[in-house]
Amino acid sequence: MSLRKFAAGPLCALPIGLFLLIGFAAPLLAVIGFSFMPPRTFGLFLNPTLVNYIEIVDSTSYISFLWSLALAAVTVAILAVICYPVAYGMARIFGKWSMLVTLLFTIPLFVSENVRLYGWVLFFIKNGVLLGTLKSVFGIEADSWLFTTGIILWGMVYVYLPFMLFPMTLGVAMVPDQIREAALDLGATRWQVFREVELPLSMPGIMIGFLLSFVLAVGAITEAKVLGGQRVIPIIHDIEIAFTYAQNWPLGAALAVLLMLVVGFLVLLVLRRFDLDAILGRR
Amino acid sequence: MSDESTTGRKSILQLRQLTKSFGNFTAVDRVDLDIAEGEFFTIVGPSGSGKTTLLRMLTGMETPSSGDILLHGERINDLPANRRPTCMVFQSLALFPHRTVGQNIEFPLKIRGVDAASRKKRALQLLEQLRLPETYYSKNVTKCSGGERQRVALARALAYNPEILFFDEPLSAIDYKLRKTLEKELKDIHRETGKTFIYITHSLEEAMVMSDRIGVMRAGHLVQVGTPNEIYTAPRSKFVSEFIGDVNVIAVQTQADGQLHAAEFGTSFVPPRLPNGFTSGHLVVRPEFLRFLDRPDSAINCLEGRLYNEYALGSRIQYQVRVGEHVFIVEKLRQQAFGGQRDDAVLIGWDAKDSILVAE
Repeated sequence: MSLRKFAAGPLCALPIGLFLLIGFAAPLLAVIGFSFMPPRTFGLFLNPTLVNYIEIVDSTSYISFLWSLALAAVTVAILAVICYPVAYGMARIFGKWSMLVTLLFTIPLFVSENVRLYGWVLFFIKNGVLLGTLKSVFGIEADSWLFTTGIILWGMVYVYLPFMLFPMTLGVAMVPDQIREAALDLGATRWQVFREVELPLSMPGIMIGFLLSFVLAVGAITEAKVLGGQRVIPIIHDIEIAFTYAQNWPLGAALAVLLMLVVGFLVLLVLRRFDLDAILGRR
Repeated sequence: MSDESTTGRKSILQLRQLTKSFGNFTAVDRVDLDIAEGEFFTIVGPSGSGKTTLLRMLTGMETPSSGDILLHGERINDLPANRRPTCMVFQSLALFPHRTVGQNIEFPLKIRGVDAASRKKRALQLLEQLRLPETYYSKNVTKCSGGERQRVALARALAYNPEILFFDEPLSAIDYKLRKTLEKELKDIHRETGKTFIYITHSLEEAMVMSDRIGVMRAGHLVQVGTPNEIYTAPRSKFVSEFIGDVNVIAVQTQADGQLHAAEFGTSFVPPRLPNGFTSGHLVVRPEFLRFLDRPDSAINCLEGRLYNEYALGSRIQYQVRVGEHVFIVEKLRQQAFGGQRDDAVLIGWDAKDSILVAE
């Protein structure tokens, strides 16, 4: 009887609301809480302090931050160039074959990222698939490309490609045929149709691809560890070390909070510049 | 090549045996047509009749399989859409949702490198011509109503002064009342601009209101071309006559005494003027030419039936009369309503001169 006092909507939303509170908000709040605890403590309700943040500012953690952001930015840039033509093809040209292309890009996702990256190690390692073949067949001896920044980027582009490709494909597919034809009919050249109509109208998909792959790439760690041989230390690595070897949860939490702030700020900046609703004509 | 068309005006667009096939399917089959400069020509046909394919060939979005399209006598089969001096208003209107009304109208000018000031001047001039407020210049196009978007699409199409405007059923998604207003507006705009309009629709009623001439399409063929009056009063086939609206159609064949035998009713009718070589076909009688009779009259064609139902159609009343299995439709003006009751035995008849004989 007392339940009837609540509207049906909030009542129905209650289970998922509780689930989100426990599964999403609580861990996040815990991390934020830990970042204000004294170093190397494990309680959440001690005297709050800013020591962790001060320590980070005084340390060289900014290098890891910059590495992570730079690697993510370059990955997104490379992905944009690679994915647009493929997305265009999948949305407009391949027809029934686009299903096959989709499968080719998604099936690797069923295999763990680590396994796939170790596969690349075997491919690139000295006397491995690539260099071993070159050596035995052509007698060419080259240095391994493993443990370079380039190979880390290779790994990141490889791992995050689907996250750029599929939103982008949706974006390109969203442009109605009649609108492209109308632009052409009004006298636009193919390039003008692309620049004035197709690109702006597929922007929502492209932006979502950018954001998704950027946010994921900033959190990348395995590529640097496995392919890069720790030549580059991304910020996630610092956070992991603080939580594990160093047993300094508050420092790790503070780093995590800072990363969230930086990424959140960048994402908001992009979303303000590209108003998705306005692009979609919903406003 | 500068044929003079029937209207005495110069031909702007000529189609010669124009054909388009997709695999085994022939969407447009050997269409011949001359369209005069400044004409409002409407192609009418049911869906799947090939009218959209025909239009897409004329705009350059589809390449003909065979035959020719001549613009001012020059073959333009292979000229792409963006290099033809023609423009199309799409069924979906295809306005650019990420642009304002002004930017939409200016698009064709912008891509031709016209400077911003002249573009804006032209856009404002078009807004005025199409009875849209000047403030709409910076309005988001997605916020406009259906009728306003219609006008914006037309303004955009007119912006760079194309020689021919094509329309692909732009009014089909609009409610009845607004559609009637826009039909007349479009005809007014046609008059004001003096441009050649080529319009396609599945509604002959719409075509009648606006067009100088109408071409009726069926299964890829252009089956009849004529003025609205010609199409209405002298359809050349059962298909065209039925396309206009409710008509009464009776299958007939000639018999020895020159009368028409209608096997369905086991009787014969006096024909209108018999076309040369006519042996069998259909007799078409419009509902307004059928009348209720008090007693049989040897001077006119009669049939005995039963009054089944009546429908009020505003200014007219329509009656359904059943003769055996055959349904006849009779229409009377409201003030001349027929007093019969349902299931009454009634006698209906028509003057031979009011019927039309079609071969197909």
